[in-house]
Amino acid sequence: MTSTSLSPEPPGSWRRYFGFSTDAKVIGIQYIVVAFFFFLVGGLLAMIIRGELITPASDLVDRTVYNGLYTMHGTIMLFLFIFPVLNGLNNLLIPTMIGAPDMAFPRLNTAAFWLVPVFGTLLIASFFVPSGPATSGWWSYPPVSLQNPSGYLISGEFLWVLAVALSGISSIMGAVNFVTTIIRMRAPGMTWFRMPVFCWTALAAQSLQLIGLPALTGGALMLLFDLVAGTSFYRPEGGGDPVLYQHFFWFYSHPAVYVIILPVFGIFSELFPVYSRKPLFGYVYVALASFIIVGLGLIVWVHHMFPSGVAQWMRNLFMVTTMLIAVPTGVKVFAWLGTMWGGKIRLTTPMLFCIGGLFNFVFAGITGIMLATVPVDIHVSNTYFVVGHFHYVIYGAAVMGIFAAIYHWFPKFTGRMPYEGLGKLHFLLTFVGANLNFLPMHPLGLMGMPRRVSSYDTEFAFWNVLASLGAFLLGVSIIPFLLNMISSWVRGPRAPHNPWNAIGLEWLLPSPPPEDNFGEHVPTVISRPYGYGSGEPLVENQAQIERALTLAEATR
Amino acid sequence: MTSSFPRRFSPVALVALGFWLVLLALVSVWMSRQAFRWLPVQASNAAPLVDGLFSFETGVGTFVFLAVVSVMAWVMLVHRADKYDESDAEPVEGNTRLEVIWTAIPLVLVMAIAWYAIRVNTTLGVLGPMEHIHLVNPAEQQGGYPGDRLPAEQVQVIARQWSWEFRYPGAAVSSTELHLELDRPVTFRLVSDDVLHGFYIPAFRLKQDVIPGRAIDFTLTPTRLGRYRLRDSQFSGTWFATNQADVVVESPTDHAAWLKQAAAAPLQSGLSVAAAEYRERLNHPRVGWPTVVPAPPPQVNVPGTSTLPHDA
Repeated sequence: MTSTSLSPEPPGSWRRYFGFSTDAKVIGIQYIVVAFFFFLVGGLLAMIIRGELITPASDLVDRTVYNGLYTMHGTIMLFLFIFPVLNGLNNLLIPTMIGAPDMAFPRLNTAAFWLVPVFGTLLIASFFVPSGPATSGWWSYPPVSLQNPSGYLISGEFLWVLAVALSGISSIMGAVNFVTTIIRMRAPGMTWFRMPVFCWTALAAQSLQLIGLPALTGGALMLLFDLVAGTSFYRPEGGGDPVLYQHFFWFYSHPAVYVIILPVFGIFSELFPVYSRKPLFGYVYVALASFIIVGLGLIVWVHHMFPSGVAQWMRNLFMVTTMLIAVPTGVKVFAWLGTMWGGKIRLTTPMLFCIGGLFNFVFAGITGIMLATVPVDIHVSNTYFVVGHFHYVIYGAAVMGIFAAIYHWFPKFTGRMPYEGLGKLHFLLTFVGANLNFLPMHPLGLMGMPRRVSSYDTEFAFWNVLASLGAFLLGVSIIPFLLNMISSWVRGPRAPHNPWNAIGLEWLLPSPPPEDNFGEHVPTVISRPYGYGSGEPLVENQAQIERALTLAEATR
Repeated sequence: MTSSFPRRFSPVALVALGFWLVLLALVSVWMSRQAFRWLPVQASNAAPLVDGLFSFETGVGTFVFLAVVSVMAWVMLVHRADKYDESDAEPVEGNTRLEVIWTAIPLVLVMAIAWYAIRVNTTLGVLGPMEHIHLVNPAEQQGGYPGDRLPAEQVQVIARQWSWEFRYPGAAVSSTELHLELDRPVTFRLVSDDVLHGFYIPAFRLKQDVIPGRAIDFTLTPTRLGRYRLRDSQFSGTWFATNQADVVVESPTDHAAWLKQAAAAPLQSGLSVAAAEYRERLNHPRVGWPTVVPAPPPQVNVPGTSTLPHDA
């Protein structure tokens, strides 16, 4: 190692976070910070929604406002929080994990990121146009989404479709970049089966983006034409078919769930070994299961449409494909349990978030199987049972996994250590809040409370009060997180290159890594990842590299 | 890389494990019984079938969930690293036999559930609620369904933004409250005047989207006397939440009397909470955004009521 690749970032470089940087590590942090800004916006909308639903009557906001709030909550959380935050992690982790200096197409990467604030602004702007924001839910099913009571061309729905199309373009640009980088830019010696599982899951998820997004973007474009150009793709009075849109929408939007959850599986697979001090159990099976999930995930979308009037044979077929997804997913869950079994477990903040996330995910998987079976789905589809199920997946598992990743890799990319106490408090509030918020939604759905209602019959009041209290607790839970992030970034203890004693190329870089990562001195990988306890080095000359890093840390 | 996983267990450990699994099984059976209580009363011939499947899934799901959580709790209690222990654990990389087992067991389990669900589906199809979709025929709208040979009562259901109208072509009756005869099959013809709606009666465990431009036939048999809620289940705009109607299941004599009385009643405005709230909104404007104007309340013989207590 030469001193050039060990030198820290140039001083005063915080300004680069506010400009058009092409450094994946800067873009990654830009993605994550912007995503959390929108997380707060979407969360605020959720607080108002739960405020309205704490009483049966529609008494807090007007019904039109309620419909706008829940539509924007879903849209913001998906397109402006969870996809950007995951792309942020991809940007930080993929190049450093595979030993690449940057992404394959750095300028495309910059463009993909800067589309996020553009369509974010478009979407938020829809609150200020005369029509108000889109009010037809994040599915935006026609014909209700085509009714434009304000009569203006620039309506909330128009801005919504535009924002979703731009988000699709941004995601396609990102996906091209991630897939190319993983395929072409791995360190010498890093064969497919020496690649960290996070990269496997990112590759699987981004392949899904490439396959699925064109369907959504095409479907949204036709919706736009119907809305502003008088076409009748989906308008029944012009001979169109409203159900056609549902196929386009779910052909992408079901796989989108796997785009979200697969990288989170990747995070679990990275973190359980570190904090159990054991290799990942059945690495090859875990890696390949991702691609089985991709294949099956593409042929299950009709399970969102069981009550839409699809033929009985289609219902049965899509029920079976949906059930099959439980098998590769089960392989992963059992692999994580196998990793922890007989390990030396450390309940650090990231590990607590992983265990809590796994707990919630197993629960969500069971309600998922219930939803897959047609007769039960007919009763609970479009009720709060579904809302409870997917919030367990998205918040209970995915967001918890994302928090785990942030705490785990925070020292690597900021060069500072986060505080454990605040982290554990954050975990406790999140875990209790999420379960208190989302568990009561299941009995509500079973009793027959439809989703998307601004008022409800009084028999649903009890569980709704509990859910609202849980939601407010979740709202509070973000405070220790924000405090922790800001405070430890500004004045946290300096992080060594490998504070968790983890194995991986990214931990052989200084914290924070220099702009071109390993530069011209990319180490040669000589063994599988997760060699905990085996004593085998991951790369050639590992001892030398680590000594140089420790020396540099001692003298800074 | 080693074959030490799974380790050989002592007889005591095996007995304890067996005892624990039996305990989990008992809890699961108890939960599967509880599952019936989470659902509304069973008021159609479909409900017991759906509930039976749900109860079975609850039992299996409880067992799987508790088993996984038991392992998580066990490792967190027993396999914790000591405070200053910085060392690694024994490097077990995997076990092919275990991988085969935990691929095969879930596969068998979900296929068993799927087989059960398909059987329920088929039975439900024979019982009635199997939808038949066709284009709206304006001639049929006028009354009667030529070609239908089912010995069922026929009810045309018209969904609007935001009201439900029920027409009984055989008796020349229209209503905004759905009256059905106990234990007699009824065939609904579902149509929508505007956007997608969802025809959802939780007590009947039945839901079908209503699609503009199509007519959907749907048969079921009510099996319990009482008053239930029909709710719109597919988001339909501003007053979606108020788009509800009451469903009254009555004895054959009561039903005949109701039809007779209704046919004699003059047409009047039916129930529409949306129309009432819209008038209120015009008089006392609230902060809000432009909305689709509710369709005028349908002119019906019986408006019915939405304020009486309902069973589910």
